[in-house]
Amino acid sequence: MTTMPTVETVTSGTAQPQLERPAKVVARGVNVYYGDKQALKDVSLDIDARSVTSFIGPSGCGKSTFLRCINRMNDTIASCRVSGRIEIDSQDIYDPALDVVQLRARVGMVFQKPNPFPKSIFENVAYGPRIHGLARTKAELEEAVISSLQKAGLFEEVKDRLDEPGTGLSGGQQQRLCIARAIAVAPEVILMDEPCSALDPIATAKVEELIDELRENYTIIIVTHSMQQAARVSQRTAFFHLGVLVEDGLTDSIFTNPKDRRTLDYITGRFG
Amino acid sequence: MMFWLFVSVFVAAVVCVGLGRNRALAVVNGEFSRLHSLPSYHGGWLAMTCAGPALALLVLWSLLAPRVERALVFDWYADRLSGLGPAQLEGLWRDIRAGGGARGLHDALLADAVRSYADLHAAGMAVLAVLLAVVAVLGFLYGWRRIAPAFRARHRVEGAVKVFLVACAGFAILITIGIVFSLIAESLRFFTYVSPIDFLFGLSWTPQQMAFRADQVGGEAAFGFVPLIVGTLLITAIAIAVAAPIGLLSAIYLSDYASKPVRAIGKPVLEVLAGIPTVVYGFFAALTVAPAIRDAGMSLTLDVSSESALAAGVVMGIMIVPFVSSLSDDVINAVPQSLRDGSLAMGATKSETIRKVVLPAALPGIVSSLILAISRAIGETMIVVMAAGLAANLTLNPLEAVTTVTVQIGTLLTGDQEFDSPKTLSAFALGLALFVITLTLNLIALRVVKRYREQYE
Repeated sequence: MTTMPTVETVTSGTAQPQLERPAKVVARGVNVYYGDKQALKDVSLDIDARSVTSFIGPSGCGKSTFLRCINRMNDTIASCRVSGRIEIDSQDIYDPALDVVQLRARVGMVFQKPNPFPKSIFENVAYGPRIHGLARTKAELEEAVISSLQKAGLFEEVKDRLDEPGTGLSGGQQQRLCIARAIAVAPEVILMDEPCSALDPIATAKVEELIDELRENYTIIIVTHSMQQAARVSQRTAFFHLGVLVEDGLTDSIFTNPKDRRTLDYITGRFG
Repeated sequence: MMFWLFVSVFVAAVVCVGLGRNRALAVVNGEFSRLHSLPSYHGGWLAMTCAGPALALLVLWSLLAPRVERALVFDWYADRLSGLGPAQLEGLWRDIRAGGGARGLHDALLADAVRSYADLHAAGMAVLAVLLAVVAVLGFLYGWRRIAPAFRARHRVEGAVKVFLVACAGFAILITIGIVFSLIAESLRFFTYVSPIDFLFGLSWTPQQMAFRADQVGGEAAFGFVPLIVGTLLITAIAIAVAAPIGLLSAIYLSDYASKPVRAIGKPVLEVLAGIPTVVYGFFAALTVAPAIRDAGMSLTLDVSSESALAAGVVMGIMIVPFVSSLSDDVINAVPQSLRDGSLAMGATKSETIRKVVLPAALPGIVSSLILAISRAIGETMIVVMAAGLAANLTLNPLEAVTTVTVQIGTLLTGDQEFDSPKTLSAFALGLALFVITLTLNLIALRVVKRYREQYE
């Protein structure tokens, strides 16, 4: 297994404060059922603040399901039931008193396939600030949109055509537009569900670069099928298999020195 | 007679299918694999060569023979028919073909003509039957001799299938073109009596002032299109004002809020509305809604006539709700779930998502469903006849009686009339105007739908 130099420096950087990890998201005993089928079994996991955590595992292992628990997108599926406890900053997000709208403003999401709204580039990014009333004046809204596009590394490419439809951009640009849209509401956590699986290698590299930059300000959780991607962008990695969290730890040690036999088999390509 | 000839050609074709199959099998002594085409294709080939030309002959004959017969009969009696107008000749010809007609056989000329026609027709039929038999047998022999192991019957049959399909499509198109042209031709005849300017911009519609027939005394008739189109648009506008919100909101409920079982029941139930005959809506409008509106108006001290545009429009709106809801439901469902997820994940509520993402994305489709509903409403007759009346008032007051283009066409063409008076011909001009309006609306709808498709594919 080859690890890239950047990852090594990064992991060695986060290795020291490991004793006192600043956990942003804490999951304890999470079970998810779709109807009668159990998709996730007793998952307990701590996710560090201001770092990138990747979820890997074969298809149907429950990694996306767990991701969607963190902003309660599973609520939109009628047959889905979630038990256990998930906390963000020690606040239970399944507390009935909690407003899911506010939760999702704090926990942004980027999807597998770029899904810009059929609106202009500007309106796509302005969508979140508008529905949450984050900008009082037009100037403030413009500022928020521009700064989000800048943070997503897209502004230079689209600054002359903010009024054109977002669906007219290339796949990679669309995905970065979706990231800009997500960060426009200043979330604390950004969930990414295989954000590069529909992109070509060059667009993928750009998105990965962006993820690495965003790590300074956001807690990022990324589901990926590509173990190389997990190794490149993430500081910690969690391996899921058949709805069970098999192993989690520093990305470096997961890929070089896995503790569990199943993890070893997966990362060496024996299944999955 | 003609009917039996058609039947016998059809029977011959069916028999040929069996004969051709057996022949093909016999040619190769039952060794299937030596045949290029399956035996059934050889059967089809034989049916084609035997019945195809015969059928063509039969169709051609049934189109041409009546004209030839008419020309011949009129030619024989030319000296005794001079002085009759085209309409009278037309009537006489109908009587001759009916074997005497309503006038009975008192007329010597008619009696002679009927006899001559009967002889001519019988002779023609005999000739046709012989011709058919010859053509069918020749075709059969040709087809029979071509059947061989290497014969590519499949290609021939496929070719014939294509020809048949083209013929069917062409027939439908030709009929449509024919209808349009007859509309245009009759309208042009109408415009020789009434100038198009008076028709299109006239503010008064009083064709009933005109004499029914030449032997009656009539008054001054006016053929102004404006009161009719205003009445039509008024009723249509009321109908859309009812149907658009109800249809659209129920579509949103069904597509985004209803649980699966509710949707499975609700959608078909709503579509049942589209299956109710319009005449039923008509008496619902005339007997329930119109009196209710009149009573409500009276309690508000408003003067409401017992037949009102409002009653007709409201009921028509209910009638077109399923058009709007069903089509809108389809386009709303076609908006990708990923867009909804994207919006929900931003923290938007369900109704925000629908208002700000789903509806804008589905808007072109919704607009086109509304336009289709409008053209349906414009063409509706029965409800208006029963609930809005026949008086061509030029008014925008929905509480008064108005009339529509289709209703006037209906009243103009029912009852006792001649086909060359401006009164009857005006129906064609109305039809043409209506056709142009609904065609324009449909074209707009199609264009909008096309733009919508480009967005997602």
